This record gives sequence, structure tokens and C-alpha cells, in this order.
Amino acid sequence: MMREIDYDVAIIGAGAVGTAIARALARYRLRVVLVERQPDVGMGTSKASTAIWHTGFDAKPGTLEARLLQRSYPLTERFMAEAGVPVERIGGLLIAWNDEQLQTLPSLMHNAQQNGVHDARLLEAGEIYAREPHLGPGARGGLYVPGEGIFCTYTLPLAFATQAVLNGVSLRLNFAVEGVLPAGEGFYRLEAAGASLRCRFLVNAAGLHSDEIDHLLGHHAFQVRPRRGELIVYDKFARELLSHVLLPVPTATTKGVLISPTVYGNVLLGPTAEELRDKSATETSAAGLQSLLARGRAILPALLQEEVTASYAGLRAATEHGDYQIRAHPQQRYICVGGIRSTGLSGAMGIAEHVVELLAEAGLVLKPRDEFVPVRMPFIGEAGTRPYQSAERIAANPDYGRIVCHCERVTRGEILDALHAVIPARTVDGLRRRTRALQGRCQGFNCQGALLALLVRATGQPAERLLMLEPGDAT
Amino acid sequence: MLPEAADVLIVGAGPAGLAAAITLRRQGLQKLVVVEREAEAGGIPRLCHHSGFGWRDLRRLLSGPSYARRYREAAGRLDIALHTETTITGWHGPGLLSYSGPAGPGRLRARAVLLATGCRERPRAARLVPGSRPQGIFTTGSLQQFVYGHGLPVGRRAVIIGAELVSLSALMTLRHAGVAVVAMLSELPAHQIYPPYHPAPFFLLDRLGRAPLLMGVQVSRILGQRRVEGLEITHLASGRLETLLCDTLVFSGDWIPEHEMARLGGLRLDPGTQGPLVDPGFRTSRRGVFAAGNLLRGAETADNCAREGQAAASQILRFLHAERWPDHEIALRVEPPLRWVFPNALRWPATAGLHSLAFRAAELLARVGVQVMQNGHVLHEQHFPTLVPNVSMALSARWLPAVDPAGGEVCLRIG
Repeated sequence: MMREIDYDVAIIGAGAVGTAIARALARYRLRVVLVERQPDVGMGTSKASTAIWHTGFDAKPGTLEARLLQRSYPLTERFMAEAGVPVERIGGLLIAWNDEQLQTLPSLMHNAQQNGVHDARLLEAGEIYAREPHLGPGARGGLYVPGEGIFCTYTLPLAFATQAVLNGVSLRLNFAVEGVLPAGEGFYRLEAAGASLRCRFLVNAAGLHSDEIDHLLGHHAFQVRPRRGELIVYDKFARELLSHVLLPVPTATTKGVLISPTVYGNVLLGPTAEELRDKSATETSAAGLQSLLARGRAILPALLQEEVTASYAGLRAATEHGDYQIRAHPQQRYICVGGIRSTGLSGAMGIAEHVVELLAEAGLVLKPRDEFVPVRMPFIGEAGTRPYQSAERIAANPDYGRIVCHCERVTRGEILDALHAVIPARTVDGLRRRTRALQGRCQGFNCQGALLALLVRATGQPAERLLMLEPGDAT
Repeated sequence: MLPEAADVLIVGAGPAGLAAAITLRRQGLQKLVVVEREAEAGGIPRLCHHSGFGWRDLRRLLSGPSYARRYREAAGRLDIALHTETTITGWHGPGLLSYSGPAGPGRLRARAVLLATGCRERPRAARLVPGSRPQGIFTTGSLQQFVYGHGLPVGRRAVIIGAELVSLSALMTLRHAGVAVVAMLSELPAHQIYPPYHPAPFFLLDRLGRAPLLMGVQVSRILGQRRVEGLEITHLASGRLETLLCDTLVFSGDWIPEHEMARLGGLRLDPGTQGPLVDPGFRTSRRGVFAAGNLLRGAETADNCAREGQAAASQILRFLHAERWPDHEIALRVEPPLRWVFPNALRWPATAGLHSLAFRAAELLARVGVQVMQNGHVLHEQHFPTLVPNVSMALSARWLPAVDPAGGEVCLRIG
């Protein structure tokens, strides 16, 4: 049993939302702990999203989601520039493929204006094809939203968490909360297998499991209904086929199947939307992949001529409600941040500010710290200079010229940086998300062995455990 | 550091690139630069720790690592500098390429470029196999790196997806690592493993005879959250589903040319091979750029690739001497169910003789006639008892003089 440490605030869940809250609280003189059941940050809903930086133009006006997305956008823009998070503001093109969809465009534009997105404008079919010449036949018109963009969904939560840790927040990985008990003197005790800690205030940002934590506190206001989204990533040779995020006209339940470039230079097709009960069902299905191919063929026919680089599925933490489920329980010194579906990465910084205000209203005393240490993340996007391209970096350390992952041009220097970062890579997947290694077209044909050997050496863990050949978590 | 200029730049130091470099140097070419992105030259044979290499080019049978070492040593004796850990990163004009490596990024201008970048196996994702994404999924290439390159553990029970020549390499690697092989699968009704040359049958057939082959099945789903726990397959004839329990999957074969530099250089690709379109002189669609080895099509044995490298080197020397590039081209195409033909373009004035062309079929065919057509005329017809996918067949080239350079494209079809 580890020694119990008392914290002012404990945040459950180190996804985009939890890490953003931890970072926001790190500005104040508080003892903050961020606990996560997985061996790394950003392992749940955050890592398998569409990677779209949403303006919130299509959110329902007046909802908390719409307000917080609007609040989040400029904060995220500034933070990504400061922290070196890969981002490209390429603009979204919402395309109507029939009369019915065409007729909804003016109301969508009105909706955008109500949400503070004033630069959206309607486009004729001709203008759409001028912007996107490879588009399939049948586009009738569209709505152009210049503020929509793409960002790196791996770097963003890592940057939040890294800055939080640099400013004194404790990060406890492999800490799966099993119980929340009153511990006297205004404290809660969070219990996990073989460990526990005490806190005065509690924030539930547990994503897919936020309803279960809410139940532990005696609330039953919502239920997470995981919505599976399958996605296909195409080869970098497809990147020249499009220049915007190609969005469909949304329906009540989903934003629909989109095609978008990624900041790594690939093209993403997806997601499907399928309601599930199982919170761990992140496998792809033959039917899901086939339905995506059919949509892709209609929207951007040439896309299907290119090789597929990866396919994956993610779960969105949808609930029976249409809006975010953020509720303060001041008597309990407890804030629930649930139901953050689809827009969590884009909304995280707005949500975090909102949660800090709710904590203050619940009695948490906020005294700003004298200093807030900045964070600068390794740059893994295509729209900028990578280490292998930099004469300066290579001259300082030749390992930045030793490409290990050829498809993504990831160097030995970057791999070693990720293995010794403030929040180091401890798993094969953690290394991939920090560097792009293994994420390319060969999927490890060339470099899987070399990367694993480096991981074994840096973590001191047996290869059998890293490869999940023996029981026990990578730690 | 690389020089700023060279007569010939060879991209890739596998069998094709090394054989070309050795031929060029033996013919007296001094300004020669060979770049290899891996830390060691030699290509894929370096990690194939079994016999079967060197029959046609070195006239003996060697293991992959010995074969690669012989080529490295031959290059060393000729004082050919092999720039390892060096990656060509892009094109910046005719003959001007950028690179990067531990000595820094730079640019190099070459009068002639030989692309010999090889090929890779199509990984699980590119085959759109549904299911989860656990640990324990390999290609033959990554498997061999694990076992021979880094001594890493693989698993206990494996299924090999694919039943072509390289699948046997996967089988031998798994056996060496002490992994039980549950099955070797193919969607096709029969395996496609044929001895590539005369002395090989004993060595190959013995191992094949002991492999648990499961033909006519499709991979439907990968099971297991953190580690592979099984593979769901569909028997194509009956539609019956079956689950194979295993902790390791090896996706073998189903080659794709490593054509990134070819595409970035604007070379036209052949729709069948997905490699650069080349004529019998290994010339691509871009002046001064040649291609050889498995970049041209996946995959032939290393000795074939080395011999292509040698032949391409002779053509490069002719080009450096005469500075002529044939400008008239006729495409060579195939009709389904044929998959590709190689070479896949004819150019005039022709510089290279040709005894035969290689071609492959996309499905299993028995007792077929292959016709060569131009402008509705049959230039040539040849009979084959069987055509097996993933196995190249030789088509006589004696019809070449009958091709009308002013006519349309030449097409191979089943008569």
C-alpha cells in the first residue's frame, strides 16, 4: 500500500478533457492529482477521433456545447501555437448532395452565426468543384467554414498533461478508480487496486466511464451509450486529392461520414456511427468498412485507388442527452464532466475554464502561482520542419538524421526523446502516438523490431510484457 | 558526406542496387554514389536466415545473410562507398535529389539515377481485415526482424496468411523461433509455392510437406483486445465460419513496390505491377532515370533482382556514353485475368535485346493460350499447362520484331 497523499483536487480521467482541466488548475497554488486507469494519457475516446478542430458552427445554439466550443476555439488556437501542436486551419466544406440537403444550408449558416461563427458562407456547386476538383459528381452546393481545421489528437492531450506535470500536478497512471469513499475532515478517498489517495474536491472526466463514477457519487442523471465510429486512413499519396475537410450535412445523431486530410499528410474517411453497449468494443467490422468505402467512392472516387494505411474504431461517449453533461454538486465538492461526445478535443480548453469556475463556486480557493512554466512539444506534423530536415538539429545530434521509421521519417533522436519525455512512452502504442513511428504505410514491415528493441532498453520492461505475451500491464 | 554531383546515383543497396553498382565500377565508372536507408547494405536477404540465395547470379546456394555479405564485400573490394542510414527525401529538378542522414540534409545532382528501392508486403490494414488491433500482428519482414535482427519473442501459436514463396520463409522463421504454426491460409484453392530453380525442390518441398495448409479460406476477423487471441476465417466454398486459436498472425506476401520516390519523381506507374513503367532497357518514363529489382513488381527472388541490376547498369553506361533517350513508346498491357507483364513498355530506338517477358495471372488457370495482340492482330500465341497467381511465367519475346512501332498498344490476353 502506497502512502496516502492529500490533494486539493483529484481529476479522474486523463483524456483531452481531464488533462485540460489539470493544466487549467496548475495555474493555481493547489495540490492536484490526475488519475488514469490506462498506462498513458489520451488512451480512450481522445486517441481515436476524427482529429477535426471544430468551430462549433453546427452545434445547437444555446447549448453548453455550443458555448464552450466558442469559448475554447481562441484558447486552443493560442495554446497550439505556443506548445507546438500540429494544426492546419484548412477550412471545412459542408457539401449538399441533394435538394433536401441544399435547402438546409441557409439554416446551417444562420446556426453558425448564432454560434459566433460569422465567416461561414454559402458556395455554388461550381465554386465547390473549383476548390475540390476531385470531388465525385452530384454536389449541389455547400457551406464553407474557414475556421474548421485539423490537429494532432495525440499531441494535444499530451501537451496539456505535460504542462500540468511541469507545473506540479501529479499524474497517476494505471490508477483505475474502484471506490470513492468519505474519509472525514472534508476529504474523499479514491481507491484503486493496491493504491489510494485523498482529495477535497473531485472532478469526474472519466469519458466512457463517467456515468459509473457519477453513480459512485450517488447520481444517475445520464448513461453513457458508446457510439462506435470506424475510420479508414489512406496513404499519403491521397493527400493531394483534397484541400478542405469535406463534411456531410449533419443529422440529429451524427455529423456523418467525412473525408479529411490529417496533419500527418494522410487522408481520413469516416466515421460510421453505431450505438453499442460494450465500452471496449473498439474493433472494426466488415460491414462498417464496406459502408465507408461506398461513401468514399461517392464523395472522392479517386481516393479508393490509393492504398489503405490503417483502419481503426473509436468510441464516442454519447448519452441519452443532446448536450454535454457538466454538473456541479457544491455540497459534495464534486463536478461531473460527462457526455463529452465528438467535440471533446476542440472543446477541452473551454470546458476546463468552465470547470475551474464551477470549482471556485463550490468553494475551492484559487490563488494564482507566481510562474506558469510553458510547454513545447516535439513537432510531428507535416506542415513544418521535421528533425530529419533540419541541418541544425542533426549537427547538434546526428541521431536526428538517423531515420528509423522510413514511412513517417521518424528519427532515432525523436524516438529517444519520446522514451525519456516528461511523460515518457511506456508502450508500443505510446511510442507511436508520440512520434508517428509504426503509423505509416508499411505498418512496421521495416522498423517494428528496431522500435521494440529501443522500447525494451529504455523502459527496462521485458519484451514479453510489452507484446502482451504475459499477464500484467505495461507500467 | 555525399558528394554534390555524381555520374550515377543508386537508390537502395539491396541485391539489385549492389549488383548494379558492382557492374558499373567494374566497367570503370568512378563517380558513383550508392545510398541505403538502413544501417547495413544487403537488402531483404540480410534477414532471411535460410538457404536458397545466389543460384542464378553467383552459381551457388547460400543463406540470405551470406549472400548479402558477399555483395557487400564485393562492393568493398571495388572501393564502392555505401552511404548507409541515408534516405533520399525528394526530387528538385532533373537529376537533382535531396537526402538526409546523420551527416545532415543535402542535395546531389546525378546524370543518371537507378531506383532500386525494393518492395514490401501489404500489411493487415491495407488488406482491410476487420477486427481489433492487438499486439502480435506481423508481416514476414517484421517477423524476421524480430527473430533474427533483434532476438525478440514472437508468440506461441501462429497463423500465416498467404501461401506464396515468401510464406515459406515466414514458416521457417517461426519454426526457428519455436513458434507452432497452426495453419497457412490462402483465399486461392491451392498454394502458390513453386521451387524457383532446380536444386531448390528438396529443400522447399520437405518443409512445405509438413505445413498445415488451409486453402480456399478468407480471413474475416481478428480477435483479441490486447494480444491476438484468434482468427475467424470463412471457408469460401461452404460459407462456414471457423475460429483458429492463435496469439500471432503473419501477413505474408501480397507485395507492393516501394514506389514512393518513383511517384514523387513523377514516373508513370504500370497499373498492374504498381511499379514504374519500364522498357527492356530498364528505362522509366523520365529521362535519365532507371529502375531495377523488386521496385518493378513484387516479388522475384534476389538472384533475379541482382541480374536485373547488372543489366540495368549496362544500359546506364550506354546512356552516359551516348546521352540518348529513346522517345517513341508503346505501352504493353494485359487484360484480366492476367495481372501484369514485365517489361511493360517498348521504346524505339530499342537498345536492349530481350529473350522473354515475365507475366502473371490473377487467378488459377489451366491449359490456356496467351496471345499477344496489336491492332487486332495476333502477333504471338503460346500455350501454358497452368498459370498460378504469384508465380511469374516466361513468355517468349520472339514476336518483338513484328510489333509495329507506329501501331497502338500491345496487349496480352487469354486466347
